[in-house]
Amino acid sequence: MPVDKRAPMDEAVSAIEPGDTVAAGLALEHAIPFAVGHELIRQGTDDLTLVGPISDVLFDQLTGAGLVDQVRAAWVGNVSAGTGYNFRRAVEGGDLAVENHSNFSVALALQAGALGVPYLPTRSLLGSDVFAENDRFLEAEDPYSGDRLALVPAIEPDWAVVHVQRASPHGDAHFWGNTGVTHEAVGAADQVLLTAEEIVDTEVIRSDPSRTSITRENVAAVVECPYGAHPSPVAGRYNRDHDHFLAYHAQTGEPEDFEGWLEQWVHGVADRDAYMDRVDADISITAPASAAEVEYGQ
Amino acid sequence: MASEGEPEYTDRELMVAAAAREIDDGDVAFVGMRLPLIAFQLAVSTHAPNAMSVFESGVVREDPADGFLHTMCDLPNLNGALATTSMADIMARLQRGDVDVGFLGGAEIDRHGNLNTTRVQAGDREIRLPGSGGACDIACMSGRTVILMAHEPRRFVERVHYVTSPGHGEGGDWREREGVPGGGPAALVTTKATFGFDDQGELYLRTCHPGVDRETIADDFPWDLQTAEDVTGDAIDTTEPPTAEALELIRTFDPDGFWTR
Repeated sequence: MPVDKRAPMDEAVSAIEPGDTVAAGLALEHAIPFAVGHELIRQGTDDLTLVGPISDVLFDQLTGAGLVDQVRAAWVGNVSAGTGYNFRRAVEGGDLAVENHSNFSVALALQAGALGVPYLPTRSLLGSDVFAENDRFLEAEDPYSGDRLALVPAIEPDWAVVHVQRASPHGDAHFWGNTGVTHEAVGAADQVLLTAEEIVDTEVIRSDPSRTSITRENVAAVVECPYGAHPSPVAGRYNRDHDHFLAYHAQTGEPEDFEGWLEQWVHGVADRDAYMDRVDADISITAPASAAEVEYGQ
Repeated sequence: MASEGEPEYTDRELMVAAAAREIDDGDVAFVGMRLPLIAFQLAVSTHAPNAMSVFESGVVREDPADGFLHTMCDLPNLNGALATTSMADIMARLQRGDVDVGFLGGAEIDRHGNLNTTRVQAGDREIRLPGSGGACDIACMSGRTVILMAHEPRRFVERVHYVTSPGHGEGGDWREREGVPGGGPAALVTTKATFGFDDQGELYLRTCHPGVDRETIADDFPWDLQTAEDVTGDAIDTTEPPTAEALELIRTFDPDGFWTR
């Protein structure tokens, strides 16, 4: 029998250890695993290195909670409001190391990890200070054409944390909507923590294999967590809660304000159900749409 | 700002209309965040019905979203898209030269269109900003770029504090020498004026928005700003204000004025 990897959120997240490198926020503003982030804060898992393209406010929250030593990302802030105050404070206070990337260099670093090669070349980055300031990015001459290229070394995180619409108990997942660097991160990471809106029979996954984004091999745990990405959206399941992002901005301008935010949304709620009880916004799908039927068979 | 009998509009509505005109019919446009979200939807609804939009999150669209967009990943942008795919797919299109125009913003810009969105100096204090996102990639590899910025003198600097997104570098053939493949900045649209870049990659004043005079614009720059008269011999025109149709569309795409009012 294949292993049943279903686990409660607290148990699944406790496998992430202080000092680990965690990739998250991999589908950009879509399906950000906020529920996992909040459980990391409750457990106080610190000394983390975070990897991702933009993360919206997830990295800002983990940084504000004092859990992060280093961020390797292209952009950290609040997409609705601009500045991520915790990130800004931590960098300006010297408490956070940042490896500046572009979105593509994050994608290439994870893709190199997923491909099992030490680096990938690109025509991006050249001429920028993103390239010039980082000793890990190297300049190279294409041995075929002589063109100047930038080399982006692989990033192989300990964990990729991914939120999807549905997953089997064994860790096979359907994920639709835009995926950003999800596939690359899953391939590059040692282990995957999968949270899903819904756990379904493996037969559901096998009914539409072209929709399968993740297969079970390096999935450590599967957590059923409805609304696990709130306030970010999940294709077909719920909309983005814009006001939540704007309120976060208004409530995090000073460290003590952020403490209040943490108490209200993280420490003051036992789990995701209790958290969602505090959400007033209507994020339901108001114009449902289904795909044309897909035939398989033999 | 508008004279009597003409529709009233905000600075940002004018910027969106001007930015939309920078998208040609048939272009593949790399859109990104904020005002360009509205500008693409306006362009494809008016003069550029065959334009396509790509977003680094992995979205490819041929038409406006049926609903307001805070971000490129909002469900109205995913629903009815031509493709929801990966960043590697979108960046591959950019890297192989298939993106005609990319949109950028910046906290700082210099005379050669280099942009900084990473960190700025305010007196003794260095202020950390969110960073590149996809901007560095768009700046390096788009066929041309269009830059949208609030018109504030502190944003116009002799040399950006940090080159997040390379423009024409030091000017001349800098991009070619550095191996930066795309064409670089073609236009800057601010809340007061529009600008082009000459064949040496230097910024010049193209048009002033209605009610703005050229001397005011020139005073906002720490260097001697070129104008269209110097570069192309053309007069400095007044920026075409948004049409009634454009305003109606902008207000459909941004019904509460979150981005444009």
